[in-house]
Amino acid sequence: MSENNALEILTGALTAGQIDTVDLTHTLDPDFPVIVLPPEFGQCARFRVEEVSRYDERGPAWYWRNFTCSEHTGTHFDAPIHWVSGKDLPNSSVDSIPTDAFVRPVCVLDCSKESAKDEDFLLTPKFIKNWEKVHGDVPGGAWVLMRTDWSKRSGAEYLNMREDGAHTPGPTGDAINYLIETRNIIGFGTETVGTDAGQSTHLSPPYPAHYLLHGANRYGLQCLANLDLLPATGAILVCPPLKIKNGSGSPLRVLALVARNTV
Amino acid sequence: MVAGAVTIPYERYSPEPAHWWLARALSELGKENGIGPDDIDGLCVSSFTLFPDTAAGLTQHFGINPRWLDHVPTGGASGVITLRRAARAVQSGDANVVACLAGDTNHVDSFRAMLTTFSRFSQDASYPYGSGGPNGSFSLMTSHYMNNYGVRREDFGKLCVAQRTNALKIEHAMMKKPLTLDEYLDARLIADPIVLYDCVMPCAGAEAYLVMREEDARAKNLPYVNILSSVERHNSFPDDPIQFRGGWALDIDEFWTMAGVKPTDVDLLQTYDDYPVICAMQMEDLGFCEKGAASEFIQGNTFTYDGSFPHNTSGGQLSVGQAGAAGGFLGLVEAIRQLTGTAGGNQVKRAKIAAVSGFGIINFDRGLCSGACLLESS
Amino acid sequence: MTKPLKRPPKKDPQKRTDSPTLPPFARSRKAIAFTTMAAEGRFALQVCSECKHISYPPREICPKCWSMDLQWQDIENGGKLISETVLRTSVNTYFRERMPWRVGTIKLDAGPTVLAHIHGDVGEFERVRLIARTDKSGQGVIMALPEKETPNMADDRQLRALTCDPKYRRALVTDGRTELGQCMAKALSNAGATRIFVGIAEDWRPYEGSDELAAIPGVEIMPLDVTDTISVNELAAEMGDKADILVNTAEYIRPGSPLDRHGVTLARDEMETNYFGLLRLMQAFGHVMRSRGADRDNSACAWVNLLSVYALSNWPVYGTTSASQAAALSLSQSLRGDFSGSGVKVINVLFGPLEESWRQPLPPPKVTPQRLADTVINALQEGIENVTLGPVAEDVVRRYRQDPFVLERELTQLQMGMGV
Repeated sequence: MSENNALEILTGALTAGQIDTVDLTHTLDPDFPVIVLPPEFGQCARFRVEEVSRYDERGPAWYWRNFTCSEHTGTHFDAPIHWVSGKDLPNSSVDSIPTDAFVRPVCVLDCSKESAKDEDFLLTPKFIKNWEKVHGDVPGGAWVLMRTDWSKRSGAEYLNMREDGAHTPGPTGDAINYLIETRNIIGFGTETVGTDAGQSTHLSPPYPAHYLLHGANRYGLQCLANLDLLPATGAILVCPPLKIKNGSGSPLRVLALVARNTV
Repeated sequence: MVAGAVTIPYERYSPEPAHWWLARALSELGKENGIGPDDIDGLCVSSFTLFPDTAAGLTQHFGINPRWLDHVPTGGASGVITLRRAARAVQSGDANVVACLAGDTNHVDSFRAMLTTFSRFSQDASYPYGSGGPNGSFSLMTSHYMNNYGVRREDFGKLCVAQRTNALKIEHAMMKKPLTLDEYLDARLIADPIVLYDCVMPCAGAEAYLVMREEDARAKNLPYVNILSSVERHNSFPDDPIQFRGGWALDIDEFWTMAGVKPTDVDLLQTYDDYPVICAMQMEDLGFCEKGAASEFIQGNTFTYDGSFPHNTSGGQLSVGQAGAAGGFLGLVEAIRQLTGTAGGNQVKRAKIAAVSGFGIINFDRGLCSGACLLESS
Repeated sequence: MTKPLKRPPKKDPQKRTDSPTLPPFARSRKAIAFTTMAAEGRFALQVCSECKHISYPPREICPKCWSMDLQWQDIENGGKLISETVLRTSVNTYFRERMPWRVGTIKLDAGPTVLAHIHGDVGEFERVRLIARTDKSGQGVIMALPEKETPNMADDRQLRALTCDPKYRRALVTDGRTELGQCMAKALSNAGATRIFVGIAEDWRPYEGSDELAAIPGVEIMPLDVTDTISVNELAAEMGDKADILVNTAEYIRPGSPLDRHGVTLARDEMETNYFGLLRLMQAFGHVMRSRGADRDNSACAWVNLLSVYALSNWPVYGTTSASQAAALSLSQSLRGDFSGSGVKVINVLFGPLEESWRQPLPPPKVTPQRLADTVINALQEGIENVTLGPVAEDVVRRYRQDPFVLERELTQLQMGMGV
């Protein structure tokens, strides 16, 4: 099948309404939570907007605003350079990552029941292998997203902060190692505020998803939404971050192309 | 030595500037006395609302080139003090004929504007306390005076009623409705214990007179009066916590000795009367009665032009209105008319000696300037 | 005896809100010095350095010995009412709307005679104590109070025109996440504020004391993040016309001088809260507050800024925070300009190290949040615009008055034992 044919089939399917474009992105909103670190560390900037003009004396016919935020505010992309383990890797910032990483097949591991039962649920290799028994092996080069339905939470429930820190699900180091080494995934994404579990500082290594993924030049996505609208396999993820020079990450619009009636 | 008194009929509000009122007084002075720009060589002016001008600017405006000039800022004391200045100038030969003018306009709202910026001490330390203006300051003095000297509202009322009676004969008086003591006692409170009839009505107007040597007045065939004595004093008794006397009390001996007459020789008295309490103080401090005897003195006289102890025979400011600095000239000009027999319907019979007193510039809590003179008919 | 103030009824929506009118504001430069001390609640008059004569009104020269060296000094405030009047007319619109108005002459024990507003509970010829306060035009005036406290004294309408008493007023506390914000809300409630809107930023983060805060009588928790323009504007749209008193408790403080810091991110966060936060609040709440300066008995009356005393002069231990506080103080001065003519006071409380987490390593003496809150209430009840709180702040202010340049040197020399 030639390249042209593939695109013709795709555009044919798109125009025939056979493909849904599912938005996996939260709205950038000043109220949307960001990760909270111990206060003596630098903090992730909240999303903020300031009007430049609004059809007024500052600009009579136009409305525009300045917005400010962190590279890690809202639904966002983590580049390998974000973590110390990936700091010296080639093409590890958002502007230099090969663009083919941004359009890839995607697998969705449904951990929603487990996460509902246990807010500190950890994704293990065993869970993945069980999933593969049903859906087949995770294909090489795919994005793997961990569905927890966490995006349906809001306010204090989302970060789920307590005196001993956040309590949210995430992967174990072994699970990430399995996905990288055995399945050669391109990246891993979550619905929570980070790719790691809320209590992952107490895992070994701490923050295993960040440490291992980025150390292996793989990518992360977090604060995803609508994962319940995706099939376990068969969808295509579209997730190009902003081309920020030396960027460690970027807020972005994440879309999934889903063949209709495949859920 | 003093001649040619003129009064420009007052108006409650005037669109004209102070310049117009002073000019009109000068013009009348010329007409009445048959003189023109070349006949005067001295000018003395008193006005609050002349800004940005002073007497200096008026010389060009009026087409005169005097060799003696003064601008007197003493408000209610300006009549007597202008007379003193002008008389000394004539006596010493600095001038032959001095035109003395006082006048102010009263635009709608100009009274408020004047109070706002009246003086630094008033601006800093009295105007912010209710902005009652002179009503506020005099109510405090009146209240204190009544408490300490046994003067009653009936006494003040009697003075006000008598002045109204006198004013009924004055064509241009602002207040021409007869006033009874009951009306006074029942009147609306303005600033306790001051009532409506204790207060003067701000208005526009002007007063003027000439000062010259006796022989010059005679040569021009002008009716004139002579000055027997005069005194002035400023910021007297600064350590009195509240004002109950004026500078007259300091200068009373000199005042009578210089004139060689006694209080009982006086045929009529013109006091500065922006509030009746000040009239009472002047009667005491000038020696017409003892301090603390004002009530008795008031009850013992009629104060009308045709009765005993004629006082403020033109109705005073209380009845004809307060035309700014012209209020300080009012009593003097009236005294000149009385002593020259030109007063009209309110003429005091056989008026030979008049006492005129002035009081002005309510700064912070009290009046600063006082003065008085004794005049004799020629 | 003063009639107790009644809780103002709900506003008649058909009635126009009175525009603020003002008592006379023109003053000489010397009288502005009197105003400055009145703003601190001090009753000070000029005393001649040479002959010790105390004079009033403010002047340039001693009227007894002609010395030009007249120093402002706190004066024994006892005196006797020797004459009084009730004004029933005035040429000034502000007073005209408030007639009758009681004023009187007081002979001070210290010597001079002054004219003053008279509290309703002062009897004829009674002894009084004088206070100096700023009036609605922001200028210093003197008021005579009964020598001893009387029932409902604060409700006297002439006195209430000089104060910002929280009683029956509605207040906004901009940050209730901290102990300070919570103490402030409680203190306002205790002082009789009818509604206390308390701003909470990032309600997705739990905070200590949240349940107790919500239980304070009159408290209504509102979303408010002073670093977020949208949030500030939304709250102002919701309750801006009910903010009679605004107390800005939002604070962002971190230790460190410019060279202790790596980059500007933290400094920017400080500015976002301490400077831009204040600016956002001003732009969102300032217009309606200043239009409500004469809105009946619960008019808008005070904007309270709580500022580190190092706003006056930089303390490098908290170098960049001091800089943001200096910016806030400067902005607060500008707000005084915007509010002049409105009758709404800008109250600045300069405090020394606060007993809270970010100042934990600092040695005592410190100011507890409770004390700061109580001080704000006192300033509101007394109508005092400039307050210095705590021994450290008092020390800094004293040195600042003596010579700000010497203070700058002192504060920027090596600091011992400050746990940098």
